Amino acid sequence: MPEGTGIGVSVKRREDARFLMGDGTYTDDINRHGQTHAIMVRSPHAHAKIKKIDQSKAKGMPGVVAIFTGEDMKVGGLPCGWLIKNQDGSNMVEPPHPVIAQEFVRHVGDIVAVVIAGTKEQAREAAEALNIDYGVMPAAVSLKEAVKPGSPQVWEQAKGNICYDWGLGDKAATDAAFAKAHKVAKIDLVNNRLIPNAMEPRAAIGDFDRATGDYTLYTTSQNPHVIRLLMGAFVLSIPESKLRIVAPDVGGGFGSKIFHYAEEAIVTWAAGQLKKPIKWTADRSESFMSDAHGRDHVSHAELAMDKDGKFLGLRVETLANMGAYLSTFSTCVPTYLYATLLAGVYTTPAIFCNVKAVFTNTVPVDAYRGAGRPEATFLIERLVDIAAREMKMDPAEIRRKNFIQPSQFPYQTPVALQYDTGNYDATLDMAMKMIDYKGFPARKAAAAAKGKLRGIGMSCYIEACGIAPSAVVGSLGARAGLYECANVRVHPTGSVSVFTGSHQHGQGHETTFAQVVSERLGLPLEQIDIVHGDTAKVPFGMGTYGSRSIAVGGAALMKALDKIITKGKKIAAHLMEASEKDVEFKDGKFTVAGTDKAKTFGEVALTAYVPHNYPITELEPGLEEQAFYDPLNFTYPSGCYIAEVEIDKETGTIEIARFVASDDFGKIINPMIVEGQVHGGIAQGVGQALLETCVYGKDGQLLTGSYNDYCMPRADDFPNFEVQHSDKPTPCTHNPLGVKGCGEAGAIGSPPAIMNAICDAVGAVHMDMPATNEKIWRAANAHMARAAE
Amino acid sequence: MYNFEYQKAGSVADAAKAATGEAKIVAGGMTLIPTLKLRLASPSKLVDLGGIKDLVGIKAEGGGVTIGAMTTHAAVANSADVKKAIPALADLAEGIGDPAVRNRGTIGGSVANNDPAADYPAACVALGATIVTNKRKVAADDFFKGLFETALEEGEIVTAISFPAPEKAAYQKFRNPASRYALVGVFVAKTKAGVRVAVTGAGEGGVFRKKSFEAALDKSFAAASLDGIKVDAKGLNSDIHASADYRAHIISVMAKRAVAAAK
Repeated sequence: MPEGTGIGVSVKRREDARFLMGDGTYTDDINRHGQTHAIMVRSPHAHAKIKKIDQSKAKGMPGVVAIFTGEDMKVGGLPCGWLIKNQDGSNMVEPPHPVIAQEFVRHVGDIVAVVIAGTKEQAREAAEALNIDYGVMPAAVSLKEAVKPGSPQVWEQAKGNICYDWGLGDKAATDAAFAKAHKVAKIDLVNNRLIPNAMEPRAAIGDFDRATGDYTLYTTSQNPHVIRLLMGAFVLSIPESKLRIVAPDVGGGFGSKIFHYAEEAIVTWAAGQLKKPIKWTADRSESFMSDAHGRDHVSHAELAMDKDGKFLGLRVETLANMGAYLSTFSTCVPTYLYATLLAGVYTTPAIFCNVKAVFTNTVPVDAYRGAGRPEATFLIERLVDIAAREMKMDPAEIRRKNFIQPSQFPYQTPVALQYDTGNYDATLDMAMKMIDYKGFPARKAAAAAKGKLRGIGMSCYIEACGIAPSAVVGSLGARAGLYECANVRVHPTGSVSVFTGSHQHGQGHETTFAQVVSERLGLPLEQIDIVHGDTAKVPFGMGTYGSRSIAVGGAALMKALDKIITKGKKIAAHLMEASEKDVEFKDGKFTVAGTDKAKTFGEVALTAYVPHNYPITELEPGLEEQAFYDPLNFTYPSGCYIAEVEIDKETGTIEIARFVASDDFGKIINPMIVEGQVHGGIAQGVGQALLETCVYGKDGQLLTGSYNDYCMPRADDFPNFEVQHSDKPTPCTHNPLGVKGCGEAGAIGSPPAIMNAICDAVGAVHMDMPATNEKIWRAANAHMARAAE
Repeated sequence: MYNFEYQKAGSVADAAKAATGEAKIVAGGMTLIPTLKLRLASPSKLVDLGGIKDLVGIKAEGGGVTIGAMTTHAAVANSADVKKAIPALADLAEGIGDPAVRNRGTIGGSVANNDPAADYPAACVALGATIVTNKRKVAADDFFKGLFETALEEGEIVTAISFPAPEKAAYQKFRNPASRYALVGVFVAKTKAGVRVAVTGAGEGGVFRKKSFEAALDKSFAAASLDGIKVDAKGLNSDIHASADYRAHIISVMAKRAVAAAK
């Protein structure tokens, strides 16, 4: 175990003391002088015309400051950040996304009005007194129903509710591959819709300074600068110079806090109108119907194989739910974060994927931990298991046969990505060893003797992280660059403040980023402060999602640190009367090669700010540097997860007997934090596989609107996850830290491992998630009936 | 939460007098308080039984136990008297909700609320308990009337529940994975008067007795006695969590497991 506070050390998380002791500052903990409170009045209907909003009773109620409806708030709509082109080259249908509903409501939870009052209770009382007359309309709710002819239309301009009909890959080559196939494995699957459920519900405080005309928004966001850009430029027309966004401590995001939400614009705009601070904090029930949901795909896929089980071609048809409006990154999730991953870790030479994005009268769907990559991985890894059955091959054997080999990197897939490095046999070997794969038949027999069905299932995942090269995503329709910014300010006495555009909301950046600084500058952690989440402090940033913080934000930090060291060397050379090229920097000391001359980092910093003896004609005083880093490629974490489950035939209850993970994240900064990230990701993946699902009634009512019905996993639903890092890691080849990112892997790799294990146990070809006790019981019964025949 | 008046009753008589019209009685509040917070109820007044000492406590008598209405689930679970007389009842109490709920929630509140997925109604019916109120004594069979409906009349307050000791009994709960309430809960009791089987969680009308099981178990108190007895899915709940067919099947499984576990 390495010691110290540098790279590779499991330093305990510095931020945890304040979180665990209740000393964090979350948005709802902030109170501004003269603050008022907002309640969002939300549609109880999935689809309706707003005929009349009668405010007469509500307006005069105690404490009411203002009531605003869509008629009052005519501002820009919430923008969609990614333009997707149809297969015919035309643009996707991009309907307006009003901040407050205009004329029609399109999902349960759509905002119809905002009531602002002295207290939250007063606002709530008045909100209930609003008399809204709705003309209820038929709703398009499920994907399968929404695309049927004659289905209710969410948007008039989106015929058949289709937002876009997009394709990726070579269709002709894929068809040709199927024409010569020995066997074809097929699957129809649903990737179940999830509701994110961060521990901290969303909250926002809008503030306006009459003296300066400056707006401040405190918000639960993963990317404050992006919110400033989107809200300032597209929605409220406030120049960035007059708009400050603060995203303080944020209690979990999982993607759901990437997006620019209506409530942020409402409180900011209304603060300007009323010249008063306005706070809004979501109830948990409100979160269920207003946070962007995740997943929700229906797919059909086919895999062509030759007589040896070598994959020849893959074709995929997917319907992806967008919900009623296009949320910030919604359109790129089932396209460039999904279909581009359909090669998986395999050499499948021809792939074609068609994705139809569909409007429904439901909450918008957008990125949720993994975003597109869990959907791709689930599809491939389930299909590969079915292929193994078809070919009567062991699931490990068919995977190995088709793995991209280490000698093949860089590997160009047929679906746009170029993998820089990887070693898939290494993680598969490791996971099989961890779980004692060979010993499984004996364990299965032992379980059978107890009357239990035991199954084993694996998943070899890959993901594209470190999002993303700006030029690449720009050419694909992204309306933003995806670099990151870091500013390193060395103070006169040698302590350091780092201002990063990455945002932490549980990841532990205050520790890992400080470890990078500690490693490079040789400073103790106490002298390093990581500052994030405030556009008034941090120069710029694109935020945290897509496992990008260390791969992109960390790389920007490395660049800035390099600049600090370069300048420090110049100062040290002057002080030591040496040539700059002879100065070395190591462990916090500048030395001159071949001499015993040395200057500490602190001495150099002080000289920079007290430049009495200084090369003043060649060098500016001060020691502060900034860097932007735009990645050259995505990073490609990969790994193998294996689950072993035991099923009670009588009830269909399932126990995860073991779950092992072997991940290749390249270089690792803090192994403990990485392990924690993988644990959390697997927990969410197992939640998707076994417990969680969002259910709407046919009328568009949210039936899983609370924890009574939406099954969030609890600690006792899980076994002890056994997580190890690959013993043959392949560091990323194109970023200065060699890191790949680890935040989403667990959620991406685990669902197919669990489902493959269940299908193995009950002899099922496929089962949709979540694998409820009833589904498992029915499958186990069918299995026993088959066995009896 | 809507505004309401709050009154801490000094005695059952005070509480009964105060609990009229739109007033509501609150015991442990484990159902009522969340309901108020969600603004799904707007009582004019809450009459709190929490200060009435007479309603708290467990008495061993006549081989059985009488449990005061304001006795918490945790107290029942940990009571030496309950464990000795009816260990199945202590086990049931130990399995209600989570520690916070068990330390606040009361047996009287659970019984008076008659949530169709609550545990205690199954115990009351299977053990042939008597619900004691400030006005009368009601047999459990006559007390639970349907979803959240009981025989309680206006101004009538549950003061205690008397459980006769069975020869043996057990409760088996199959939890809804989301709420962790009983998707199906089966309480089986072998009593002097015969076997009684009560099912909670599954029925459209709340707790009910499974007479075909009782008859079979009267002949032979063994899990195998239930083999081949079909449970009709008619009248059982069917929702996003489980179909009626599955619930019917689970009733059989839980009943068999309860018989096997009875002590």
